[in-house]
Amino acid sequence: MTSVSETFQRLRDRGECALIPFVTAGDPDLETTAAALKTLAQNGADLIELGVPYSDPLADGPVIQAAATRSLQNGTTLDDVLNLVKTVSPDLSAPIILFTYYNPILNRGIETFMQDVAAVGVRGLVVPDLPLEEVDALLTAGDAAGVEVTLLVAPTSPADRIQAIAARSRGFIYLVSVTGVTGIRTEVQGRVQDLLNDLRQVTDKPIAVGFGVSQPEQAAQLQGWGADGVVVGSAFVKRLATGTPDVGLATISQFCAELKSAITPLKP
Amino acid sequence: MGAESCNYRAEPVTQTPLSPSNLKTAARPDALGRFGQFGGKYVPETLMPALAELEEAYYRYRDDAAFKAELDGLLKDYVGRATPLYFAERLTQHYARPDGSGPQIYLKREDLNHTGAHKINNALAQALLAKRMGKQRVIAETGAGQHGVATATVCARFGIQCVIYMGEHDMERQALNVFRMRLMGAEVRPVTAGTGTLKDATSEAIRDWVTNVENTHYILGSVAGPHPYPMMVRDFHAVIGQETRSQCLEKWGGLPDILMACVGGGSNAMGLFHEFIDEPTVRMIGVEAEGEGVLSGKHAATLTQGRVGVLHGAMSYLLQDDNGQVVEAHSISAGLDYPGVGPEHSYLKDSGRAEYYSVTDQQALDAFQRVSELEGIIPALETAHAFAYLETLCPQLSGSPRIVINASGRGDKDVQTVAKVLGNLQ
Repeated sequence: MTSVSETFQRLRDRGECALIPFVTAGDPDLETTAAALKTLAQNGADLIELGVPYSDPLADGPVIQAAATRSLQNGTTLDDVLNLVKTVSPDLSAPIILFTYYNPILNRGIETFMQDVAAVGVRGLVVPDLPLEEVDALLTAGDAAGVEVTLLVAPTSPADRIQAIAARSRGFIYLVSVTGVTGIRTEVQGRVQDLLNDLRQVTDKPIAVGFGVSQPEQAAQLQGWGADGVVVGSAFVKRLATGTPDVGLATISQFCAELKSAITPLKP
Repeated sequence: MGAESCNYRAEPVTQTPLSPSNLKTAARPDALGRFGQFGGKYVPETLMPALAELEEAYYRYRDDAAFKAELDGLLKDYVGRATPLYFAERLTQHYARPDGSGPQIYLKREDLNHTGAHKINNALAQALLAKRMGKQRVIAETGAGQHGVATATVCARFGIQCVIYMGEHDMERQALNVFRMRLMGAEVRPVTAGTGTLKDATSEAIRDWVTNVENTHYILGSVAGPHPYPMMVRDFHAVIGQETRSQCLEKWGGLPDILMACVGGGSNAMGLFHEFIDEPTVRMIGVEAEGEGVLSGKHAATLTQGRVGVLHGAMSYLLQDDNGQVVEAHSISAGLDYPGVGPEHSYLKDSGRAEYYSVTDQQALDAFQRVSELEGIIPALETAHAFAYLETLCPQLSGSPRIVINASGRGDKDVQTVAKVLGNLQ
């Protein structure tokens, strides 16, 4: 299984932009999540963000909040999510990035958590409520276990902070495209282009844009602005939760292919 | 590029050793907002610049003569400070030994503040800060509605747009406060997520702040949340302890022996305690809500039953399950119905400087009635928890120690809830 950095490097060599879908583990159930990971990887996903359901998802909008609530009501635990990854990851072409809030990590113990997620094949980690000031222990443990901890840059981040975050982020830099929580928006703010340019001035690490990206046209726009990857979350979670699991899976497969095609330049 | 050196090189998580010298008031919190291992800033990156801006503004205006003059003037003429330190004669008699000796009970009458609770001290000061920071919009969370009312009040006073997040369940049990907020022009937004209580309202307020941070100030209502809130809210309530000190000096020429206050997030307790932390003879007791009892699992006894975790931006004691999911708290009192607690309380507990106990809904209801009947003061259900612990404490005491209880709020808002439980009083 390749790492997050290696995946970005491979795509960069080919001049491609990474598609990173997000799904919430255990919504509607763990079997469907396993099937979703496989079909996403087969339909253009280069990496996949897997959300660990949490009781107080501060950075998430209504769609992902609701998915987490449903999953927790089904009884999904962190162990269930790790078992799922263990089963699926050996045959998956797309590395899995775990998206989790900090308290479940702290609860297990940072080093134990990192060893446990590495053991089942998780390659990256995003913790939305852990800013630069608090991230040291996680970076150290991640480096030791071979899990790349990616940090987030927000539209409100000042220049010196952007530089510091870029320097310390592993795998890629997660650029939050909106001042706000995750969710579906109708258009990408124009200042994302400036943010991408600012970031590009201070780093050669890959930059993926997320929060609010929900349509192929938006993804294509971001690819055109020089993003190395786009993260699409709520739009996938909402589609997967609509209708029966089979209908949801078919819908996200098609949507994934459309998104990948939108960000893949036509070959001559 | 890729270099590890930067201006924001974070220090390793500081864990201040628990020695008396580190209990010095000036040392808490440290530069990263930590009280020992507790506190800190666990929020989405989007908010980090806003917290830095707030911290800077707080430090700038805290010692600014014009700011202090405006705040002090309003605390006096608008809020009605100083609040009295009242000798509760009949409550004292109630706990007297057969020979007439026993603890002397005093009430710091925060319930006499404008809007009926201590909450306005902080809301007023933060509104003045918001004005100076050029924020046109204010948001707040509320549980019992007292902080929401205080925020709506100061926003009306200064003509600031105001949005209050309140759990749906709390809106029902605190309907009177919802009406008061709306009357003063605030928009009250119901929160249906989770169990529709203070935890969920706080999460929703933080989401609003993440989204509207550029024109909005978040008036957080307790000594909880990310740095600088626990420090700033404590400091804005420290007037409670400062007045208490001078009133004690005036009344008996000394210090109080025991301070007691209820603890949900812990703002009224920190407001009373802060002034006395460096006075080793002053015993401090915080009383949490035990709901239907610890064994029932339906309680809000965070400090006595929780484990260290992170909620709403701070590391502190937290009610959580084996998987690190935050569990719902339960208390008859909406203001104590919170699974977290201010980080400085966690620090004071671990250092042994303050003691924390819990009382049940039933014990609080009994105290609610007892104080009403004996003193003609209807305490808030939150405050009734502090009074309830007198039942346990007083028989343990020898001599005639002077106890100061923070009468943090008045109970008018709770009479409907209590009437439902007690039925019609004969």
